[in-house]
Amino acid sequence: MAVKKTKHVMPEQEPKERIKNFKEVPYGYDKETAIEEAKRCLQCKNKPCMEGCPVEIDIPCFIKYIAEGNFDKAAEIIKAKNSLPAVSGRVCPYEEQCEGVCTIKKIGEPVGIGRLERFIADYERRKGVKNPKEVKSSGKKAAIIGAGPAGLTCAGDLAKMGHEVTVFEAFHAPGGVLMYGIPEFRLPKEIVKAEVEYIKKLGVDIKYDVVVGKTISTEELLDKYDAVFVGTGAGLPRFLNIPGENLDGIYSANEFLTRVNMMKAYKFPEYDTPIKIGDVVATFGAGNVAMDSARTALRLGAKKSYIIYRRSDVEMPARDEEIEHGKEEGIIFKLLTNPISFIGDNKGRLKQVVCIKMKLGEPDESGRRRPIPITDSEEVIDIDTAIIAIGQNPNPLIPQTMKGLKVEKWGNIATDENGKTNIPGLFAGGDIATGAATVILAMGAGKRAARAMDKYMKSKKLKNTIHKRQKILAD
Amino acid sequence: MVAKKAQAGQFVILRIDEKGERIPLTIADYDREKGTITIIFMEVGKTTKQLGTLNVGDSIENFAGPLGIASEVKNYGTVICVGGGVGIAPLYPIVRELKKAGNYVISILGAKNKKLLLLEDEIEYFSDEFYITTDDGSKGHKGFVSDVLQKQIDNKEKINMVMAIGPVIMMKVVADLTKKYNIKTLVSLNPIMVDGTGMCGGCRVSVGEKTKFACVDGPEFDGHEVDFENLMLRNRRFLKEEEDACKLEEVK
Repeated sequence: MAVKKTKHVMPEQEPKERIKNFKEVPYGYDKETAIEEAKRCLQCKNKPCMEGCPVEIDIPCFIKYIAEGNFDKAAEIIKAKNSLPAVSGRVCPYEEQCEGVCTIKKIGEPVGIGRLERFIADYERRKGVKNPKEVKSSGKKAAIIGAGPAGLTCAGDLAKMGHEVTVFEAFHAPGGVLMYGIPEFRLPKEIVKAEVEYIKKLGVDIKYDVVVGKTISTEELLDKYDAVFVGTGAGLPRFLNIPGENLDGIYSANEFLTRVNMMKAYKFPEYDTPIKIGDVVATFGAGNVAMDSARTALRLGAKKSYIIYRRSDVEMPARDEEIEHGKEEGIIFKLLTNPISFIGDNKGRLKQVVCIKMKLGEPDESGRRRPIPITDSEEVIDIDTAIIAIGQNPNPLIPQTMKGLKVEKWGNIATDENGKTNIPGLFAGGDIATGAATVILAMGAGKRAARAMDKYMKSKKLKNTIHKRQKILAD
Repeated sequence: MVAKKAQAGQFVILRIDEKGERIPLTIADYDREKGTITIIFMEVGKTTKQLGTLNVGDSIENFAGPLGIASEVKNYGTVICVGGGVGIAPLYPIVRELKKAGNYVISILGAKNKKLLLLEDEIEYFSDEFYITTDDGSKGHKGFVSDVLQKQIDNKEKINMVMAIGPVIMMKVVADLTKKYNIKTLVSLNPIMVDGTGMCGGCRVSVGEKTKFACVDGPEFDGHEVDFENLMLRNRRFLKEEEDACKLEEVK
């Protein structure tokens, strides 16, 4: 039988309907469709897809179980490597990873690996997640700073290895960017909470409202625990540094999304945190965070939602799926357009943005063609709200408060590929080490660090390294 | 845990309940042994009004800190500490620490009327000179803190530093005055924040033409560099929403 050349379609909410609510856009596969999609997998012996997976899931194996209708076994295979499958099954850039190297791509669309992972995670959650097996205690204690994707993955893996794990979270809720950043319609918060519950079932303790570097120092954690992992993520939002940027009505994407997602401002005044956006919203930038912001603005009632980006469509860093969803919902893309100033009214409230048209020149150091302003091409656009989504620098708290810790140019913590920092016993991973990247790369970094920490804690030289650490910190 | 680390000049972020807003409040005092933090607040919005209804022994959902960079306490020489309204509260630990560090401390407290003054005895105890001003003359000098500050500048040989905490307009007036005499002036800013840990950028302020984040770069900044106009504007961002939320709460 010939293989079906295209993925089975995953049903979605109609664009006209979904822009009026915050409910999730795709509904996911049903059992029959999942089995049919799983049958498209060729079960390649060399498993190219697995190499494309940052968290090392045995992809052909779990797909084989789905094809056989054995969903429980499929869940077991995924969970062996990935403690947050309902999350990664929704937000992973599969097209660049597992699906990007799928053999069937030679004749058509790859197997819908992401959709299948999501199906299994949802199936298992609805059915009731089995309690994990008890593991023998190692007698070692690890501390994790930050309950985002990197920290939770690292914590879960360490717990599975038998270590006692405590996570310190600055906010009142777990999940990090999964909670404050990615909107409800792309990643429902109930799902994040359920996956965090599973991590807790593995034996992980999460302490909230603890700002490491302030409430307790990293050095104190190093004294109390055998190893410490820093997963504090990307923090400080970048701004455009153009006139008028501090007017009322201009948000960083972080502030805008945190108000809406974590603080539930879309339910104001039932929830206390407010947001106001007016009729016309412009989001600057074209990554996933920008798409999330522009689509959130529509759901908050914006009549027009622009994406304003200085390069062209091919350079947009967002996933195709997000751009597609945005287009379906009516986002207006103003490409090759760069803001040069914001104009406010006499009360300091944002009124307009002045933009200039751009053209593309020679490739720059990022390999993308450099945008060059076209003279005398200014354009004034009336807007009520601006959202700046052009990236962020690593969170400054730990580098700022820990002397002796080696950091790189942008303030991100310097590590080797296993997350080791220059301080013995201190590991780091995710955006705090790499600069802003993806959820799955952070999860992969958490996973590798967990392995390195396990090795470190079990090594007999622990005492020597503690001595060495004290020396570095004293200098 | 927070009390163990708290220092003069820092703040906390709190949230009343599951649906509450995260708001920053500056620390007025701390007792490391008892493990307590003192916060003095004015009921201006929904969260502070709700806080005001709590009794001894009640608890709130979240309390995180101490956040921000602590005041730089050292021996400057002669310092003037200016506190206005509820800003007197966070000024108190700074006065105390500056005195302990060997400074000659002159304190000037101002409020609308004598009822709105606070921590007078405590601050006077740690001050070498102590002045009070009220807008209505119900206590001390009738007028503004800047009147007394001007006199001090005129009479004192050398003032090494001025620390001002209070309403934005008061800090602006103080900073404008000291700028003329080139006296180093620090102000403590309390802009709208969400996370308070350097993540959202909501608390950004213009300092010397640069964008700074009050939560991780502050809350204290050089008063001569701060764009107070912009700070006032940004603090009014959600005024209407706050009023609506308060009204709804009263209807309930």
